[in-house]
Amino acid sequence: MIKIAQLSCGTEYSGVQAEIEKAASIVGAKMVAPDVDLKDIDAAVEEFGFSPSSPQLKMMIARAVQLAHKRYDADAVFIASCFRCAEGALVRNEIRRYVQNHTRLPVVTYSFTERTKSGQLLTRMEALVTIVTRKDLLARERQVGLTAGIDSGSTTTKAMVIRDNEVIGKYWLPTAEVVPSAEEALENALAEAGVKLSEVEAIGVTGYGRFIVGKKLKAKLVQEELTVNSKGAVWLADRQKGEATIIDIGGMDNKAITVRDGIPDNFTMGGICAGASGRFLEIVAKRLKVDITELGKLADAGDYRKINMNSYCSIFGIQDLVTSLAEGNSIEDVASAACHSVAEQIYEQQLQEIDIRQPVIQVGGTSLISGMVTAMKDILGQDPIVPKNSQYIGAAGAALLASGFLEG
Amino acid sequence: MKVFIMPPNSLILFDLVERFGHEPLSAMKAIAERVTDLEIDSPPINVTSEDVKKGLKYAGIEVPSGIRGRLALWGPLIDEAEAAIIMEDAPYYFGCVGCHRTNEMVKYLLRKKGIPILEIPYPTNEEEAKFMVTKIKEFLEGLK
Repeated sequence: MIKIAQLSCGTEYSGVQAEIEKAASIVGAKMVAPDVDLKDIDAAVEEFGFSPSSPQLKMMIARAVQLAHKRYDADAVFIASCFRCAEGALVRNEIRRYVQNHTRLPVVTYSFTERTKSGQLLTRMEALVTIVTRKDLLARERQVGLTAGIDSGSTTTKAMVIRDNEVIGKYWLPTAEVVPSAEEALENALAEAGVKLSEVEAIGVTGYGRFIVGKKLKAKLVQEELTVNSKGAVWLADRQKGEATIIDIGGMDNKAITVRDGIPDNFTMGGICAGASGRFLEIVAKRLKVDITELGKLADAGDYRKINMNSYCSIFGIQDLVTSLAEGNSIEDVASAACHSVAEQIYEQQLQEIDIRQPVIQVGGTSLISGMVTAMKDILGQDPIVPKNSQYIGAAGAALLASGFLEG
Repeated sequence: MKVFIMPPNSLILFDLVERFGHEPLSAMKAIAERVTDLEIDSPPINVTSEDVKKGLKYAGIEVPSGIRGRLALWGPLIDEAEAAIIMEDAPYYFGCVGCHRTNEMVKYLLRKKGIPILEIPYPTNEEEAKFMVTKIKEFLEGLK
């Protein structure tokens, strides 16, 4: 049983403790609370150096200190506090840094509301368990044999066929019905590769539809997208060794993941509002009457500074867009502002929950929109690496990891 | 009289209030009702997301869920309270609800009610402890 140490404040009073435990249990893990003697709390807080007013936050710190001093044995760490609690947010982030500096345990942070349900936590918990239980598999750096990977995403389905570490076929299409979309993507990727399904030695599946697609295609690997996408990103970018940050802005959600030798050790996921995802850019493209593939170039020709756009809510974001068009702004400036708004949200929401490590690898469908890459560059003050086939990270990672099942 | 105790889970204050013939309004009372209700399944203290919404009576939607959940428990007791004892700067083992913001709000709600309140510092030595018990005794006897 994988033990996930819970360092949190307010979960039991928010009615979400049972949901956290349910999510852990579904993925074969157990939430545990590092034992702390009440008399040791003040010393732990003093050692930590941040003394919050709330006793439960002090308890969180004391539990983190127990982990750091290896007085309590756990496999992973879940750090959570109430959404909108300023003191909780400060402590949550500093505890995350402290745990990462003192241990090699994978960490995920989360700010919850009373509406948090186990389903929202499932991918995060699954990723923690995968990192612990599949360390050897995640350490794989080369693909061997003939394998296929499918990323059954919320917006698009991608398939990739790889032979002896070389991409030989790939295909993507918008996700309609989950299984037929996956079958069509795979069929076309196989056709491009010039191989038959029967020749494929192993299939790996990730993404929202992974369970149903994995079952249908008898996949050897069915794994959540946080670890699979990380692997795919570092493999495609040829950055398997050392540290990196992966920014994956997909069709409906976004992820920021830090990796060490290709294995995630901290990650966050967003997706509360479409305004921080490719979906907002799709809506913008539609409103501007341009194809989504043209939006990036338009954005690169525009200046976001001329327009005040905030897509924290996609509806308000579109209102800003309509207003700015009515004021006579060019569609180039509007496209630039839309990309900048999405990038700003990723920065304000996800990148505050992790510490950026160099290099930054930008992936996901939106990395094909050059204006999004420009916007991330502006905000980060550095050029992100966008690997070839950057939208195929999930499929590539799934094919790479599935090949791990071919060797004894 | 119904006397709210702060911290609401202090066993010592609970005992003193009961000894001097009053009904303590405590966390134990609020939580016991929940954990013995087989209809609710939200361990460990059976605060549900519906309860957190009830906390909106005491604090707005922008207030973190952990505070509203706590206020959903203590709030109805504060509504019932006819008097209160507030222990200031108590250590964790004396009793605590975990959240400083909730503590401040609970004290404010009590003061706003205009009921008799004894605010007393946590004793740091035997003399102060005796003084504390005497003050609490006088306060509770004065309520009769």
